[in-house]
Amino acid sequence: MVTMEHYLIVSSIMFFVGVYGFITRKNLLAVLISIELILNSVEINFCVFNRFLYPEHMEGMFFSLFGIAISAAETAVAIAIIINVYRIANNIDVRHIDKMKY
Amino acid sequence: MGFTVFIILIPLVMFLLLSFGSKWLRPRAAGVIGTLGMTIPALLSYYTAYRYFLADAYVWPVWGPINTFSMEWLRFSDNLSIEMGVMLDSISIMMLVVVTTVSLMVHIYSLGYMKGERGFQRYYALLSLFSFSMLGLVVATNIFQMYIFWELVGASSYLLIGFYYTRPEAVAASKKAFIVTRFADLGFLIGILILSYYTGTFDFNKIMDVEADLAVTTMAGSSFLGLSAATWAMALIFMGAAGKSAMFPLHIWLPDAMEGPTPVSALIHAATMVVAGVYLIARMFPVYLFAAPDVLTLITYVGLFTALFAALIAITQTDIKRVLAFSTISQIAYMMVALGVSGYGGDFGEGYTYSMFHLFTHAFFKALLFLGAGAVIHTIHSNEMEVMGGLRKYMPITHITFLIACLSISGIPPFSGFFSKDGILSAALRYEPFVFGVLLFTAGLTAFYMFRLYFRIFWGVDRQYEKPPHEAPKSMTIPLIVLAVLTCVTGFIPFSFYVSPDIRPYEVYIHWPVALSSIVVGGIGIFIAMWFYRKASDRPAHLAAKLSGFWKAAYHRFYIDDVWMFITKKIIFRGISGPVAWFDRHVVDGTMNVLGTGTLKTSEAIKGSQTGRVQTYAVVFVLSVMVITVLVLVL
Repeated sequence: MVTMEHYLIVSSIMFFVGVYGFITRKNLLAVLISIELILNSVEINFCVFNRFLYPEHMEGMFFSLFGIAISAAETAVAIAIIINVYRIANNIDVRHIDKMKY
Repeated sequence: MGFTVFIILIPLVMFLLLSFGSKWLRPRAAGVIGTLGMTIPALLSYYTAYRYFLADAYVWPVWGPINTFSMEWLRFSDNLSIEMGVMLDSISIMMLVVVTTVSLMVHIYSLGYMKGERGFQRYYALLSLFSFSMLGLVVATNIFQMYIFWELVGASSYLLIGFYYTRPEAVAASKKAFIVTRFADLGFLIGILILSYYTGTFDFNKIMDVEADLAVTTMAGSSFLGLSAATWAMALIFMGAAGKSAMFPLHIWLPDAMEGPTPVSALIHAATMVVAGVYLIARMFPVYLFAAPDVLTLITYVGLFTALFAALIAITQTDIKRVLAFSTISQIAYMMVALGVSGYGGDFGEGYTYSMFHLFTHAFFKALLFLGAGAVIHTIHSNEMEVMGGLRKYMPITHITFLIACLSISGIPPFSGFFSKDGILSAALRYEPFVFGVLLFTAGLTAFYMFRLYFRIFWGVDRQYEKPPHEAPKSMTIPLIVLAVLTCVTGFIPFSFYVSPDIRPYEVYIHWPVALSSIVVGGIGIFIAMWFYRKASDRPAHLAAKLSGFWKAAYHRFYIDDVWMFITKKIIFRGISGPVAWFDRHVVDGTMNVLGTGTLKTSEAIKGSQTGRVQTYAVVFVLSVMVITVLVLVL
């Protein structure tokens, strides 16, 4: 029997893997993928809480659908930014992208 | 008589027309337009005087005030507002006549005198501005309107003194005039505010309503430093009047104001603006008399001192316009004394009546003196007596008219000055013999310095001039002749019939003992001047050498200017302003600078903590969230 805890363990692992990736990856694309992991772990949580705690409602499901749409849009924008960054800086190493600071 | 408002508005329109149209108008056209523009108010004023004093006379036997025009200009609260209006009573109509007449004469005269000057259009525009302001001042229905126009005449006087703005002396003189009178006006404003605070009105008629026991008597209760609020208010208002009328010690600006064009001196600094102070005191005379009699005493003695003081200085000056300037100060002081010694009702109002009468006659003969001096300066191109002499042969008209004015100011009958001066002297005698004595002595001095001036210009050394002097053009001699005629005839106006403090006519007679003594004293002054200056001689130099200490002090105007410079430069600037400026620059600014640079330095030091790398922020963020989570769970 798969319980709510199993799902939550999976999503927590996904979340922290995402956070770890976000902090440690040097490549902007990898950072972006890490963000996707974080988002997806949260959407799993939405579905899980909806399914196990309030099965008669559908808000959690719709919210995660909504989140997926948002993350797709965000990815498109992010990739566009990354391409432009690449054109200007000729690399996408996140450590070098600190020009905007000064 | 609603048309009276046009007396004021026409000069305003002229000012706007001439100042905005100066590009398109040729100088000559601007002068002619300005002069014609001044003719209409003059004619309207004569008509107003005719209607008020002769034709209508419906208020007879009381010359009550009539408000012919009034509009609300600024409302402060339900019962306090400032009106703009036209109030006619005997003294305001008298002033209308004086101002428009002298102004018209000066307009005509300037056509000749200022011919070919740069800024001719500007000159006429400013003359119109001045006429507008002065006329607005004299017909003011309330003290605030008077104050507004009071400042306007000050401003136009400033502009006209500084007319030759390329000359540093003229610029300095205009600034001096403006600052000194402005300083005095501060007192005036405070006085107005105190007065209106206690009376709740600015309106002259309401303040002075004698039947209602004077609104200001309500002020008697409150006091400050031992003097009632009314006394303070009226003393401060007198301060404003003293500044404008060049009373000691605020007289220092008037002699310097002679840097302006001579017709301007005649109009503003002899006949009209400088008597505004006297007019103000006369306007508020019942208030002074009933609510603040101490201030009247102050006015008497300030005036008395100024009259003598200025006459002494006038004896030693060599610049002919300076002599006339000090003479003006002395004569205005005469008017002030006359107001100070005046009483109320019937004969007791003699001082008031003759103060106004002297204002009236003085305006004409002093304008005549200035314009005559202007004619001389016009042909000699110098203000100094040293280069003049024997001009009677070259300038007969100027000579005769100047002589008439000199006789008039010396109090010789039948010229106008005799009548007004006689009245002032007899009022002074009624008040106190000491005041009378000083005034009589001053009258002698007046005769002496005026004839010193006259003899040194028109007699004295028979000089050979490189370019023979010539009589002034017609545009200049006609005003001289008109003013000379006025000087001869105005003395016969029965002034006490029209002007008195309680606005009821009364009869006066010439007081022959007083009149004879003033004629004798004046005659002595003239003869001494004749003895000294009729022919070139070393007598004046001898006397000057004997009295060298006094002579030098008087020549340097008793060092009053230096005293003022000492007060302003040494005490105020260096003693007070300097330390205050230091405190401001070093302590106040210093605190702010330390705060600013401190912030800047700190931010420079810690800005490295913001790396600009997203991942550092993420690490800090995640760690912080974890710490907070742990804390929340544990605690």
